[in-house]
Amino acid sequence: MIDYAEVGLIAGLEVHQQLLTPTKMFCRCPAGHYTDAHDGAVLRHMRPTLSELGEYDGCALMEFKTRKNIIYLLHEENVCTYEMDDTPPFLVNQEAVNIAIEQCLMLGCDIVDEVHIARKQYLDGSIPTGFQRTAIVGVNGRLPFRGRELTITQVSVEEDSCREVSDKGHLIVWRTDRLGMPLIETVTGADLRTPDEVEEAILLIGRVCRSTRHVRTGLGASRQDVNVSVRGGRRVEIKGVPKAGWAPRLVHGEAVRQVNLLKLRDDLLARGFTEASSIGVASADVTDVFATSELSFLRQEKWERWIKEQGRRPGFELGAGPFCVRAVRLRGLAGTLSWPTQPEQTFASELAGRVRVIAGLDQRPIMLQSEKWPDYRGAIQELRKVRARLHCESADAVVVIWGPEEDTVTAANEVRLRYIDAIRGIPNETRQPFPDGTTDFERILPGPDRMYPDTDSPPTRVTRERVEHLRAGLPEPPWVREERYAGAGVALPVIHYLIRRGGADMVDRLVRETGADLKKTCFLFGEKLVYLRRAGVPVDAIPFERWAELSRLLTEIPLLREAWELIVRRVAATPAGSVSDVVAGQGLGLEPSGWRTRIPGIVERAESRAYSSDRDRIFRIALGDAMGALRGRVPAAEVGAELRRALEERS
Amino acid sequence: MQDEMKGYRGLARAKLEEHGVKVWSEVRAVNDAGSVFEGVILPRSETLDDEHIVIKMRNGYNVGIHIRRVASITSLGYKEAIYKIPEREFPVRPNLPKVTLLGTGGTIASRLDYRTGAVIPAFTPGELYGAVPELADICNLTTKKLFGVFSENMAKEQYVALARAIGDEIEAGADGIVIGHGTDTMGHTAAILSFMVQQSPVPIVLVGSQRSSDRPSSDAALNLIHAARFAAFGDIAEVMICMFGPTSDRYGLLHRGTRCRKMHSSYRSTFRSIGDIPLAIVSRESFNYLHKDYTRRDRSRRVKVDPAYDDRVTILYYYPGMRADLVEALVEKRYRGIVIAGTGLGHVNKPLYPALKRAIESGVHVVMTVQTLWGYAQMYVYDTGRDLMDLGIVPLDNMLPETALMKLSWVLGHTDDHEEVMRIMRDPIAHEITAREPHNGYLIMQGGLPETEEYIATHWK
Ligand SMILES: [Zn+2]
Repeated sequence: MIDYAEVGLIAGLEVHQQLLTPTKMFCRCPAGHYTDAHDGAVLRHMRPTLSELGEYDGCALMEFKTRKNIIYLLHEENVCTYEMDDTPPFLVNQEAVNIAIEQCLMLGCDIVDEVHIARKQYLDGSIPTGFQRTAIVGVNGRLPFRGRELTITQVSVEEDSCREVSDKGHLIVWRTDRLGMPLIETVTGADLRTPDEVEEAILLIGRVCRSTRHVRTGLGASRQDVNVSVRGGRRVEIKGVPKAGWAPRLVHGEAVRQVNLLKLRDDLLARGFTEASSIGVASADVTDVFATSELSFLRQEKWERWIKEQGRRPGFELGAGPFCVRAVRLRGLAGTLSWPTQPEQTFASELAGRVRVIAGLDQRPIMLQSEKWPDYRGAIQELRKVRARLHCESADAVVVIWGPEEDTVTAANEVRLRYIDAIRGIPNETRQPFPDGTTDFERILPGPDRMYPDTDSPPTRVTRERVEHLRAGLPEPPWVREERYAGAGVALPVIHYLIRRGGADMVDRLVRETGADLKKTCFLFGEKLVYLRRAGVPVDAIPFERWAELSRLLTEIPLLREAWELIVRRVAATPAGSVSDVVAGQGLGLEPSGWRTRIPGIVERAESRAYSSDRDRIFRIALGDAMGALRGRVPAAEVGAELRRALEERS
Repeated sequence: MQDEMKGYRGLARAKLEEHGVKVWSEVRAVNDAGSVFEGVILPRSETLDDEHIVIKMRNGYNVGIHIRRVASITSLGYKEAIYKIPEREFPVRPNLPKVTLLGTGGTIASRLDYRTGAVIPAFTPGELYGAVPELADICNLTTKKLFGVFSENMAKEQYVALARAIGDEIEAGADGIVIGHGTDTMGHTAAILSFMVQQSPVPIVLVGSQRSSDRPSSDAALNLIHAARFAAFGDIAEVMICMFGPTSDRYGLLHRGTRCRKMHSSYRSTFRSIGDIPLAIVSRESFNYLHKDYTRRDRSRRVKVDPAYDDRVTILYYYPGMRADLVEALVEKRYRGIVIAGTGLGHVNKPLYPALKRAIESGVHVVMTVQTLWGYAQMYVYDTGRDLMDLGIVPLDNMLPETALMKLSWVLGHTDDHEEVMRIMRDPIAHEITAREPHNGYLIMQGGLPETEEYIATHWK
C-alpha cells in the first residue's frame, strides 16, 4: 500500500459527455444513429504537419513512424461527405452550442463572449481530417465537492471521433457513425488527491451533466480521461475510462507505476546512465537461431501460416521486409527488465507496449526477454546462442522481437527510446485502461502544440441575453436537490440513483402536482421500481398521467400501498388503461367478507409445512399465504394480529 | 508599414490601445467575472465586429472576449509572429532528373506556427524538402515563384508569363515541369497552356490540393509526389493535370489539359476527364498508361511558345428565355468572341437569332459548345441547329466550353480573319476535339442502383 499524500498523488479529469441533439455538430447527418454494417470505405494516411521550428512534435512523429493505413467504414444513413473529409464544415449546430452553454452554467462556469472553433490534431486516424474541431464555451467554474470546491478549468464543445473496429499490424479500421456528434469536454483542475476522490468527482460531474436531460445516456455516451501524476512524475492520461467504478484501481495502479519508475530512474542514474548516449543498444538478426525452435512462433513457416490465418495483406496490415527475429542487447541493463512497475507488471511490459503500438508488432507474446525467458526444451541453448551472437556480457539484458524486418528495426529503436525516457523519469503518455485495473501504452501525450484556428468556421457570438435566457430554463443543481431530498430523510445512494437515472424529475413533478409525499415517492422510484425494472417490467413506459393517478389513489387509500407491486405490474402491462380500473379489477381496497373464518385453516396448513415448532417461522409462512389473497384489501397488520390470535388459540 | 492592430478597428482597437497592447502581444486578460485568459492576441478578421478581442490561450484554444467585459489587460511581452520556416538544403543527386516547380500562388506545402496558428507556405526547395522529404528521392528540384495570386485571379497576364516561364525552363534543360496551382481554375490554365506551349519535349504537369496542406489528411503531399514523379520519369510530353483518382489515398490520375474539368466543389477526386479516359494512373511505385494516343517524351523536340491572348471573349451559358439584349450588350462592349454553351446538341431559342446575326455581321466570332459537357455539338440534326449554322455559328464538336473559351482567346490573339479563326478553332491542336467518343468516356455511376452499390462496397471510394 502506498500513502497517496506522501507520494504527492494529484489527479484531474476530462469528462466527455455527448449532447442530445437530433443532428451532428458540423453537418446535417442524424446523431446517435449507429450501424454495424457499411456500404462504402475510404483508405487514408495521416501526415504530420511541422511546427514552426521545423520539427515534428513527439506524438506526431510517433504516429508517423507507425505508418498506419487507415480505413474508414461509411454508411449512407449516418455519414455524408463532411465526415469523409471531402466537404468543408457547415455552420456549427447552434442547438449544440446552447446545450453546451447550459452545461457550462450548471458547472458554474463563466461563458466566453465569442466561441472560436479550433483544430486539435489527432494523427491516430480517429478523425478523418486529422484534427478535431473544438471550441471553449466556458471557463473558471466550480462545484461543491467534499466540503471544498472542485474547479472546472474549462468546458469545450467538440465533435466526437470514430469508433475503432480493429487494429492489426499497420492497419486500423474505424467506423464513422459516431463521428461528428456533439459532445462537451469538462476539464477539472488537478484537485483530486486519492483514487476514491476521482471516482466521486466523475459521478458528481455525471450527475450535473445529466440533470439538464439534454445529454445522451447509455453505452459510450460519457467517457472520461483521468490525468494522474505523483511528485516528481509527469502527467499521464488514462484514456477512455468507461465507468467511474474503474477509476480507483486505475489511479492507484498509475500512482504505483510512477513511484516505481522514479525508483528505476534513480537506479539507472546511480549506475551511470545519465544521458541518452549512455544507453547502448545494439541489435542483430537471429532468425537462424530459432529456425527449429520449440517456440514455434519464431519459425518462419509458422509466421507465414499465422499471417495467412490472420488474413494480413502486404500494403495493409503487413509491414515491409522478410520475416526476421531480432535480438536486442541492452548494455549494462541487467535487472531492469524485471523492475516492478504497475501491480503485477515489470518494466518489460513498458517496452512491449511501445513495440506493439509503434512498430506494429502485435503477435503475442509480443516480446521475449532474458529475465523471464520461457521454459522449453532447448531454451537455455538458444538464449546462450543469442547472447553470444550479440557479444553479451553478464551485466547485459536481452530482448527478442519478431516480424517483418523493417518493423523489427523500428522496434529495436523504440526499446532504446523507452530506456532514454526511463532515465528522465515518467514519459508523458496516454494509456489505455483495462477492466483488471492495469493500463497499457497507447500513444505519446500530445502537447498544446497541436492546436490552431479552424479557418473554415466563423466564430459564434454569445450575447449575455442568450446566456441569461438559457440560465432561466435550467433545472435545480443536483447538490441543491440532494440537500432537499436528504432533508426529507432519503438515503444518499437513492438520491444519486434518482438523479443519475432521471427518476428525480418524475418524483418532483408528482410531489408538485399531486401532493405526494417526497420521501415515499423517492422510495418508490429510487428503490422499489429498480427491482421491477431489473425483473424486466417495462416501468419506464408508464406515462406521467398514470403515475399521477396512482399517487392520488395511494394518498386516498393508504392500504393500496401494500399492493403497489401488483398494481404497477398490471399498469405496466396496460399503460393506456386507468389505474382505478386495475384497482377495481383486482378487487383492491375492498375487504373480502368472512376472511377471518379462513385464518385457522391457513395456520393449520402452515404448521404442517413448517417442519418445525418455531412459532415465528410458522407465523411467517401463514402470513405469506394469507396476504396472497388479502394484499391491498386488508392491512397486513390486521391480518398479522388475526394470525397471532389463531396461533395462540392452538397452543 | 504593417498594421500592428491587424483586423481590429473601432471599439476593439481603442481598447487595445488603451491597454498598450497590440496583435501578437503576450497578455494576461481578466474579465468582469474574474476569469483569466493568458496568451497571444491574435489578428481579427476584418469582416467580424469591432467588439471582441481574440486571444490564443496557452493551451492552444482561442476565445473572444467582449470589450465591455474586459476588466484588465496586462502585457507580458511581445513576440513577432514568425512567417519564415527554416530551410534544409535540398540534396543534389546527379543521377536524378531535373524538375522545375513553378509557383502561381496556390499553397502546395506549408507549416503551422502553433504559437499564432498561422499557416506558413513552404515553397523553396529547402522548405519543400522539410515538408515533403520524399521529393529528394524523385528528382533534383528547382523552384520559381512566378506570382502569388488565388487561382480565380489567374488571367491573361499570368497565362502569358507562365507560358514563357515554361518555355524558358525547358530550354534551360528541365526534364519535366510541375506547376503548383489552385484547383478552382486549374482546368482553364491547363487548357490555355495546351495552346500556348506546343511540342513540348517533356511533361508539363499542373498540381494542387483539395484539402489544404496544413492538415494531416491533406492530399497535397501525395499529389506533389505523383506530379514530380511523372514530370521526372513519365513518358507523356503534354500539358496535364495530376490529381487524386479516388478520394482514398490510392493513386493519382493524369488528365489531358484540354479534356479535364473540376466536377465537385470539395471532393479530393474532383478532376475528371470528360468524353475520354484519363491518360495514365500514377502511384508511388508505377505509371499505368491508359491511353495509347499521346505525344511521347523526346528531348530532341523544340518547344514552341506562342503566348497570344485576347480576353475580349466570353461564354454565354444559354438558358430558356435568354433575352437578346444580352448578346447586344456584348457586341456594344466590343467583345470579339462568344462561346455559346448551348442546350442539347447545340441550340438556343429563336428570339436570339437576330441579335446573333447582327453580332456575327459586326465581326464577332461565335462558336457553339454543349452545356451537357459530354457529347458533340451536332447542329445539323435539327432545324434549329441548321438555322444557327446558317447564321454563321460554328459548332466545336466535343470541345469543352471552358477549353473553347481559352482557345478562342488564344486564336483571337493571332488573327481576326473569320475564316482563319474558324479553321483554327475546328482543327484540334491538343485533342480538344476528338473524332471519336469512346463508350467509357461517359460514365457517371448512379448511386442506389444495385450494381453501383455492389461496386462502391468493394472498391475504394
Ligand atoms: Zn454528415
